[in-house]
Amino acid sequence: MIEVKNLKKSFKDGESVTEVLKGIDFVAKSGEFVAIMGRSGAGKSTLLYQMSLLDEPTSGEIFIDEKNIASLTISERTYFRLSELGYVFQDYALLPEMTALENVALPLLMQNVSEKKAYHKATEALTRVGLEKRLNNLPSKLSGGEQQRVSIARAIAHEPKILFADEPTANLDNESSSVIMNIFKELHAEGQTIIMVTHEVEYSKFAERIVRLDDGKIISIEKN
Amino acid sequence: MFSSLNIRIGFFLARHQIERSNPWTTFLIIFVMFFTFLNLVVISGILVGLIQGAVDAVRIHYTSDVIISSLNNKTYIENSPEVISIVKSLPQVEAMTARYLDGGTLEANYKTRTDLKEKPNTAVASITGIDPVAEDKVTNLSKFIVEGEYLKPGDYDQVLVGAYLDKKYLPIDSPGFSALNNIGPGTKIRLNVHGVQREVTIKGIIKAKVDELSMRVFMVDSQLRSMIGRNDYNVAEISIKLKQGVDPATVRDILKQSGIDNVAKVQTYNDAEPKFIKDMKDTFALLGNMLSSIGLVVASITIFIVIFINAITRRKFIGILKGIGISEQAIEISYIFQSFFYALCGSVVGIIVLYGFLQPFVAANPIDFPFSDGILVAPINGTMFRVGLLMVTTIIAGFIPARLVVRKNTLDSILGRN
Repeated sequence: MIEVKNLKKSFKDGESVTEVLKGIDFVAKSGEFVAIMGRSGAGKSTLLYQMSLLDEPTSGEIFIDEKNIASLTISERTYFRLSELGYVFQDYALLPEMTALENVALPLLMQNVSEKKAYHKATEALTRVGLEKRLNNLPSKLSGGEQQRVSIARAIAHEPKILFADEPTANLDNESSSVIMNIFKELHAEGQTIIMVTHEVEYSKFAERIVRLDDGKIISIEKN
Repeated sequence: MFSSLNIRIGFFLARHQIERSNPWTTFLIIFVMFFTFLNLVVISGILVGLIQGAVDAVRIHYTSDVIISSLNNKTYIENSPEVISIVKSLPQVEAMTARYLDGGTLEANYKTRTDLKEKPNTAVASITGIDPVAEDKVTNLSKFIVEGEYLKPGDYDQVLVGAYLDKKYLPIDSPGFSALNNIGPGTKIRLNVHGVQREVTIKGIIKAKVDELSMRVFMVDSQLRSMIGRNDYNVAEISIKLKQGVDPATVRDILKQSGIDNVAKVQTYNDAEPKFIKDMKDTFALLGNMLSSIGLVVASITIFIVIFINAITRRKFIGILKGIGISEQAIEISYIFQSFFYALCGSVVGIIVLYGFLQPFVAANPIDFPFSDGILVAPINGTMFRVGLLMVTTIIAGFIPARLVVRKNTLDSILGRN
């Protein structure tokens, strides 16, 4: 479970301060699939970055399984991301010098999993997203959809508590987007907690709830 | 920071970056490191080798391995025949040559000078009496004949003149140093030693980068002996060439123990090295080290720039690595490994080129400096020390820019924000 309490985030640019998140309160239960929607500049991605510990909020608290994330040091946050969270980036964010298999195995190796076991789990994760025949391809040899599937495999290989996805279909065509969303659907069906930012109404329907943001505030929470 | 896990992941990241980087870029960086290595080792090696070449030449062509010379208050070695027989009896000795030595003057234009007010063309020189065969066996003197021929044992009234005594080879007009004009093989000159005058013919000109040879006049020992009345056969110098692998210090000590040091100075080639040569060696080594230090700074700046550019251009990926939970330390270590790899490859290529080609080549074809045949001095322990320095410097130079980039905010790195 993830709980956000009075979360605020502002950016300073010289003298001026821009408040992007203006006190967000939000809870996602374990196993839930939540879509965050809103127009451009509403604060969707910023909220996701705070919840996924990629950024530090200006104020407010975040609890993941009742653990207050704000108290963690930088290295503890890094380790928490490594062991408890999974992240699917909009632009895939794969390491270009590593094959699909190596990209997925890397976080496992960082968790001190043996090389053999890490590659085995990475192979399983890639098989799960339908890339069992593309294990040894470099990202440059994969299509956008395939790269995003590698990104998902990397995010789920270590069985994270929460999977964050930042507009995972934004750079993909309809066919690839459908494949990606079906993977999310399957993961959710297996009990994976997913929090996904999207601006596409069609894909928000895969979520159980839709959190709508505007001007840094939650304006509605709808059930699908 | 250097936990086994961080090292393992750092190595994993570095290996993949190097393996899949542009091979030409890698080649270029290694090429730069190779030249840095050469700069570190070869420049100082040549500077030291410049002096070492001169020292070696003195050893090979003048003092040989051990030299016995007269005491400071004597012009000859007392009981020389006995000393020579002791030397010859030593099993370590391969060959020896004994030299008579005295000061004298040479006059060249005495036949053509019609006006007695005209300045005589004279030069002062050390007159050296040698056994031509024995001398050549020990010092290879005949190699330095640039005009005419080398002496034979029966060559009476014939001399070899050092090139510094011939104006043609030393066109310097110094009030303290005079040379002879218009001389060459076949020219008759007048030799005056202790008032004994003899007309001799120049048989050859000796030109070597060893001053002791180029400033002397050589004649057959028996003739000089008769000129200076040295009927006791007491010589002034004995140069001893030892068999391969024999330590000169051992033979020196044996000779000293036999009592020779009561009548003569017994020195190895190293003991006989003048202090100014030792000082020059130290000076050139210091200069070499100073130049090497500059090379080291250049190497560290090169690696700093390479790693900094690499880290800056990969800032997004560094952010992603941190984003997916790779520790900052592991990422920094990956850059340390990369720096180490470049320095190691450059050094290995450098060592192969240095010991496989450069050093043997320069040994076979010494660099023709005006006062020595320069060699390349690169002792393996000194080279390894410099390789170590290069490694440490490049590792630090690689780590600093990596740390600067890695420590930036993760999200800023991923999004490319400043």
